[in-house]
Amino acid sequence: MLDKLNEIEKAALEDLSSITEQSALDAWRVSNVGRSSPLMQVFAGFGKLSKEEKPIVGAAANRVKVALESALEEKTQAVKNAALAKSLSEEKLDITLPGREVNIGRLHPANQQLRRVLAILAEMGFQVYTSREVETDEMNFQMLNFAPHHPAREMQDSFYVESEGREDNPILMRTHTSPGQIRAMREAVATNPQNPPPIRIALPGMCYRYEQITARSEIQFNQVEGLAVGEGITFADLKGTLTDFARRMFGKDARVRFRASYFPFTEPSAEVDVECFVCGGKGCQVCKNSGWLEILGCGMVHPNVLQNGGYDPKRYTGFAFGMGPERQLMLRNKINDIRYFWGNDLRFLEQF
Amino acid sequence: MKLPISWLKDFIDLDGITVEDIARKLTLAGLEVDEILYAGLAMPTYGAGEKHEFKTNGIAWDKEKIVVAEIREVKEHPNADKLTLLDLYDGQQEQVVLTGAPNIFHLKGTGKLPKPIKVAYAKEGATIYDGHADGLVLTTLKRAKIRGVDSYSMVCSEKELGITEEHEGIILLDDDAPVGMSLADHIGDAVLDISILPNMARNANVIGIARELAALTGRELKKPKIEFTTSGASVEDSVSIEITNSELNPRFVAGLIRGVEIKPSPYQIQRRLKLAGIRAINNIVDATNYAMIELGEPLHAFDYDVLKERAGEKKIKLITRPAQEGEELVTLDGEKRKLTSMNVLVCDEKSSLSLAGVMGGTESEVTQNTRNVLLEGAAWNFINIRRTAKQHNLPSEASFRFSRGVHPALAETGVKRGLQYMAAWAHGSIAPGLVDAYPLKPKDSVVEVTSKEVKRLLGIELTVEQIAELLSRLEFKCEITNHQLQVTAPAHRMDIDEGVVGLADVLEEVARSYGFDKIPTTTISDALPPQAGNPVHEWEEHLRDLLVAIGMQEVVTYRMTSPEREGRVITHGEYVRIANPIAPERSVLRQSLLAAVLEVAEKNVRAESIAMFEVGSIFEPVKNDLPNEPRKLAIVMTGARSASAWDVKAAPAFDFYDMKGRIELLLAGLRYTDIVYAQSESTYSLHPGKSAEVKINGQAVGVFGELHPLAKEKYEFGDAPVIVAEFDLEKLRTLNPSYGIIPVSEFPPMYEDIAIILDESVTASAVEALIRQTGGKTVTDVRLFDVYRDEKIGAGKKSLAYNLTYQAEKTLTDADAAVIRNKIVKRLENTIGAKLRR
Repeated sequence: MLDKLNEIEKAALEDLSSITEQSALDAWRVSNVGRSSPLMQVFAGFGKLSKEEKPIVGAAANRVKVALESALEEKTQAVKNAALAKSLSEEKLDITLPGREVNIGRLHPANQQLRRVLAILAEMGFQVYTSREVETDEMNFQMLNFAPHHPAREMQDSFYVESEGREDNPILMRTHTSPGQIRAMREAVATNPQNPPPIRIALPGMCYRYEQITARSEIQFNQVEGLAVGEGITFADLKGTLTDFARRMFGKDARVRFRASYFPFTEPSAEVDVECFVCGGKGCQVCKNSGWLEILGCGMVHPNVLQNGGYDPKRYTGFAFGMGPERQLMLRNKINDIRYFWGNDLRFLEQF
Repeated sequence: MKLPISWLKDFIDLDGITVEDIARKLTLAGLEVDEILYAGLAMPTYGAGEKHEFKTNGIAWDKEKIVVAEIREVKEHPNADKLTLLDLYDGQQEQVVLTGAPNIFHLKGTGKLPKPIKVAYAKEGATIYDGHADGLVLTTLKRAKIRGVDSYSMVCSEKELGITEEHEGIILLDDDAPVGMSLADHIGDAVLDISILPNMARNANVIGIARELAALTGRELKKPKIEFTTSGASVEDSVSIEITNSELNPRFVAGLIRGVEIKPSPYQIQRRLKLAGIRAINNIVDATNYAMIELGEPLHAFDYDVLKERAGEKKIKLITRPAQEGEELVTLDGEKRKLTSMNVLVCDEKSSLSLAGVMGGTESEVTQNTRNVLLEGAAWNFINIRRTAKQHNLPSEASFRFSRGVHPALAETGVKRGLQYMAAWAHGSIAPGLVDAYPLKPKDSVVEVTSKEVKRLLGIELTVEQIAELLSRLEFKCEITNHQLQVTAPAHRMDIDEGVVGLADVLEEVARSYGFDKIPTTTISDALPPQAGNPVHEWEEHLRDLLVAIGMQEVVTYRMTSPEREGRVITHGEYVRIANPIAPERSVLRQSLLAAVLEVAEKNVRAESIAMFEVGSIFEPVKNDLPNEPRKLAIVMTGARSASAWDVKAAPAFDFYDMKGRIELLLAGLRYTDIVYAQSESTYSLHPGKSAEVKINGQAVGVFGELHPLAKEKYEFGDAPVIVAEFDLEKLRTLNPSYGIIPVSEFPPMYEDIAIILDESVTASAVEALIRQTGGKTVTDVRLFDVYRDEKIGAGKKSLAYNLTYQAEKTLTDADAAVIRNKIVKRLENTIGAKLRR
């Protein structure tokens, strides 16, 4: 009996070794460990064995059963692995075919940049203040310390709106968001005329200058200004605030420098240069080899402007700064034609 | 302004400071250097990766190979008529040099020159500009045979050395030029091109820049020594001045020099003027320009004898007065100018002589024959000069300065300096005294400055002594008494006010002199303002996010358009009109945001799929007042509903329902629920059967639909329909949103489909409303999934198939659902004559 068991085992394992497919394995299981298999016949004939034979044959039969079953399991795994390996090797995509496009929405690049700027300013405590785009000469110039016929007006050629009988105070397209400074100050003063509250605002919006539309000049552009007014705000605070802003905007190691400049509505005034983020200050096309990029104009709010806003310049001081989101994008993304922005070609817009 | 460094060095010692250092200091102090042009001095060299600080151009002269030499004889060339051979000594040896220079040609064959001519000599191997090339091309001198004569070196023109573009003749140096000296050491220079800001006009001169540098470096400003001897009768004996309007002409000074000899100025002077961008004319005109560039006071030279003759040999009387309307004057440029009362004239008793502060007249100008010169230095009203220069399109060095303001004190200094130079370069003798009419003396600005104010505005701690030291460098007069500092503005400045403004003016100078870079960086210690936010802005940003989330590309368009452009899609009323448009197509402010977005869509018509929006203002005119600026949202969709791919064929085109679906999502995102879509009567040209008005909480907030076929024809769109929408944001924003959510049940929902046949005239929204009403809160969703028409159903009929969702706070059985369904079917049958389709 033991010999028979050994034979069964030998024959079964021999059969199994040549099997390569799942269907053959199924057939093997039926004929070798199935109910009517020779091995199971041995178990079925168990009752007929002597008392002495039973434990010996039983143990041997069990051993063979375990051996065959584990061999089957091993073989099943091997067959499965082989099949998987085969299918993996056959199912090969051309991974260079393009992916399927999805039409998605996007903000206009100028507004994306505007948001970046406003988000940083918001964290620094500057709340958004918006105001009208068509303004009076008084708000756009006179209140901001541009005297009539002042040479500084030539820096900001304007679009005028047709009107009659307003020679002293014509209507124009705002040339900067600064009229909002006066409006914001006056609104704040109205809340508490004796002790006007401090102000910290960001003024975003479209501005207009009389220019021809070329690769370098546009008739409209976005500006973001910042205004801080309070008791004890200094030029050193202005430097600190804008240095912080530049680091947030252009990287924590961004080097900045303050260059004396002139704006009618601030005194002292400065231009802020940041070390060229394209070449790291070594000199390149973008920074015209200077290593610096002009990114901001700023200064201490002129006493006349504070006065016009309703803040006593003997008690209050403040600073203001302004920047152009489109210019920042042009520098950052090496955009050499400003007309892309309002041209709205999808092939441009979809790159942002 | 263009400033040669050599000139600057007349007034400040700059030893040990490189040209770049000078440029950097000036730039940081508000005198931005745009470019450095080298004309001889050694240029900085940059290694790879080294920083260039300034735009740099020009040429450095090799110290060994380019030297001062003297021509001893001009000889004939054996084989060429137009060439000459020069016997030349370069300080080391004699050379024979070939040249075609016309300005020494007349000396050909005259034998040994009685006085050698000093020239700029470039030896073999020297690198200079090619004088014959177009533009600036560097070339290195090599040995060659020209018409049989050896040529290996050259006497140079200004172009060859990068001084000017002139190549008509060689440079004739001054007689005192030391032969053999390196030319770079003799006249090597570098020119700073400086942008002058409106508040820096006082520095548009050599002294001004030198003064700034003195303040920035702590070195001494070497003021010009204005000294000369006089002789003959006093000028007051022969000239008098009458000023009719002192506001327009606060001061008029005149001096007289007799017996001048008109000839070219010394080469050093010509060279500096040329580098500064001024043409060299003759010694008298050059003296006026040289003194102007040096001091900032424009001068005007009259031929004294012409004036004398006009006065009938009597005493000359100069009168300044506003021109009469229509009066004429021929200016130096030969133009006959028609004048207005805004222009100011310098006249004598006979007629007008010059356009004050802007340009002289021809009759009294200095000529080759002039012997005696009357020199004018005056102060004019800067606004008036600005307008005059603009009116006659006469930008000049004089009007540039006068239109930015020149202090009247400079009139006297300028005239004296001009006379001094005339005497030096044209001989002649200066008449004693000046005639000086000074009816309107500006008040000296006096400002009190305290350490506390410096701290309050600048955030730095300085003693009054330190403040005084910083300001003194800029020539402010500083007096300290009992720790009080009183500052008086110097006599060249008109930009310092008094009071609180004057204080800011002075503190700016303290900050600049101290150095912006030395001021510390601090954070604001003042209290934060009350937090108010900006709800309108925040709501619009939320709206933008929603639009982007539903697949819309944002665009930003021009505010300026034309009625014709907008007229393609909307009939318009009165516009806000631009008085000075750049072009007719940008002559008004837009009244339709949708028209603007449609234009953008049209431009992008080649794109497969367009879904774009803009959020922005339109402009509604208010007569002679500021316009209204209501905010709008416009959307345009056209083209494929989704992107195609290599294995996905083109998707169907956007239609009405694509837009409606997005509007539904948008309004849901804004938390609006009471929405009705009604037939619209839009001002826009929309398809009457494929457009709708959107009403929320009973209020109309916008329209959408397909562009009317006739309107679409006016654009260059393709076959696909163009679907548009426009919303009034003020109305949309101020509605009451409804917050809260529908709870998500833990019990399983049941789904069931019903299809009904009904009259074509019954709208889907009516059916859905009935289903929801009848189904009550157990029917949580009603989705139309099929609309079907066919002969079997019958003419004028349609089939609508709905997917219903039942949901309750228990597990629903089929029986539960059947009860509700039967109720719904019965209601539909009774109310709208619908039949259940089986």
